[in-house]
Amino acid sequence: MNIMNQAKFDKIDPIALKEEREKSLRTVSDQNGEHMIVNLGPQHPSTHGTLHNILELNGETVVKATPVIGYLHTGFEKLGEHLDYHQFITVTDRMNYLSSMNNNIGFAIAVEELAEVEVPPRAQLLRVILSEMSRIGDHLACVGLQAMDVGAFSVFLWCWKWREKMYDIFEHTTGARLTTSFARIGGLAKDIPEGFEQMATEFVENVARVLDETELMISRNRIFIDRSQGIGILEKEIACSYGVTGPVLRASGVPYDVRKAHPYSGYETFDFEIPTEPDGDSYARYKLRLAEMRQSLRIIQQGMERLPDVQGPVIADDFKMVLPPKDNVYNNMEELIHHFKIVMRTHGPKIPVREFYSSTEVPNGELGWYIISDGGMFPYRIRTRSPSFYNYQVFPYMLEGHMIPDVPAILSTLNVIAGELDR
Amino acid sequence: MQEPTNDMVLNLLQETFNDRILKTEVVRNQLQIEVIGTHVYELIKFLKDDERCDFSYLVDIGGVDFLKNGDGPERFGVIYILQNMNNYLRIIIRTYISEEDLEIDSLTPLYLAANWAEREVYDMFGISFKGHPDLRRILMPDDYEGHPLRKDYPLQGRGERENFSRYEYYEPSKV
Repeated sequence: MNIMNQAKFDKIDPIALKEEREKSLRTVSDQNGEHMIVNLGPQHPSTHGTLHNILELNGETVVKATPVIGYLHTGFEKLGEHLDYHQFITVTDRMNYLSSMNNNIGFAIAVEELAEVEVPPRAQLLRVILSEMSRIGDHLACVGLQAMDVGAFSVFLWCWKWREKMYDIFEHTTGARLTTSFARIGGLAKDIPEGFEQMATEFVENVARVLDETELMISRNRIFIDRSQGIGILEKEIACSYGVTGPVLRASGVPYDVRKAHPYSGYETFDFEIPTEPDGDSYARYKLRLAEMRQSLRIIQQGMERLPDVQGPVIADDFKMVLPPKDNVYNNMEELIHHFKIVMRTHGPKIPVREFYSSTEVPNGELGWYIISDGGMFPYRIRTRSPSFYNYQVFPYMLEGHMIPDVPAILSTLNVIAGELDR
Repeated sequence: MQEPTNDMVLNLLQETFNDRILKTEVVRNQLQIEVIGTHVYELIKFLKDDERCDFSYLVDIGGVDFLKNGDGPERFGVIYILQNMNNYLRIIIRTYISEEDLEIDSLTPLYLAANWAEREVYDMFGISFKGHPDLRRILMPDDYEGHPLRKDYPLQGRGERENFSRYEYYEPSKV
């Protein structure tokens, strides 16, 4: 593991580098003087979602790839203009359904920063713990699928088992496994239930073991190394120019992580590192995800140690802005009025007239929200900067020059979620 | 070398582009600049190439339609978010485009990321980018009419599914 504070960039023009490589590849043609065109997707079992790629082949080598996206376009940004701030939290679940908790929390933080709502310390701590759990779940799925795409099925099963346990914890805490909708503007929907600590401790211990086993099984496996080392290389200049974020960027040697660069929810008080890998190939991305899960485990452990000392409410008591706790709404007149004032049309929370960009680190990278508020109940415009959209744009570059069997093997290291890609 | 701060970038920009900058504000430590649409390429090129600023990372490009609130001087707006990769300073650049002349310079010569981001703005708002190598729709189908994120485009309504040429209604067989 290589830890750096800042990336050293060579003076390379990434656009010229890309064009030069494309030129060298595209002059090659097969015996008939033409390239074969193969459509991979939109429905293909190896693409893990509705992704469509038009591949131009020279023999079995991909010389040009054209991704076609939009099959899962759902109009989330349009919906956001017609739903109020609280209602939109449920929509963020559907964007990245592998790590919906991170998306909920990211959107809640964006609105809090826009409206300057103070979040109580217990809610911040729980947000950190829950989003790191979700990050581990997402990375476990990604590592498992990457191993499965090159033939190691047992790793997939091990990873999936503890991902299911993460869903059990979420079900116990939030009532839902996949679409949690647990964050609220100003805090969380409710406090953690009894038994959460025990489940979390068990989860941390067992995931650490699964990571060790995974590493033992495939990190030095000849087949896995042959299929991933030197495959899908992404140089850091290209990655930065393409706006790539998250594990894909850090595996190229750039230590950019929103948790360190623009700390939120008290991440600056935790002791963790940003692992980077210099190589930028599929193997580096696999190693990096393992290293990142270890750091997430560290954060969860620190959070669980602090949790008994940090007591108090899990939602801000600024009831002109946030929804009051449900128990009080059912039993107190005042809270009932506050609830109606926030939920009813023509009332709503008082959000100042301004525009603000804020972002959080979700498992795939930087999830940003540019929210324009006109002071009304509904946001005037919600622009989502989804990490998959920018990470997938670099896919043709990583692909070109490799063989067809490498296409799914590279795709699974990007962990592109079609719902977030097409929004 | 000195790392850029909000004040430093603001001073540099005001020296170089004094009257072409419409408005500057700092919202919760985030620098936001408004500039006339025809100068945005020049300004971003300066921000990227100047060694003191070094905004080498394009975070996002987004479009806005100001039809309803009448806030902007023109109907459409484009937002650029840039970031310095040494101290992670962010800057937000807003620009306005009139409805009659929906065209703005493309950032594709500067950032590779601008390719898809501009295609999405084109798809959703109909703003075309001058100098873009591959300006096609990205999320909606190629034969789709209309730009869904414009404020005069309805959230629900008829006349959408029928637009697809290959779409045929399923007619139940008569007994």
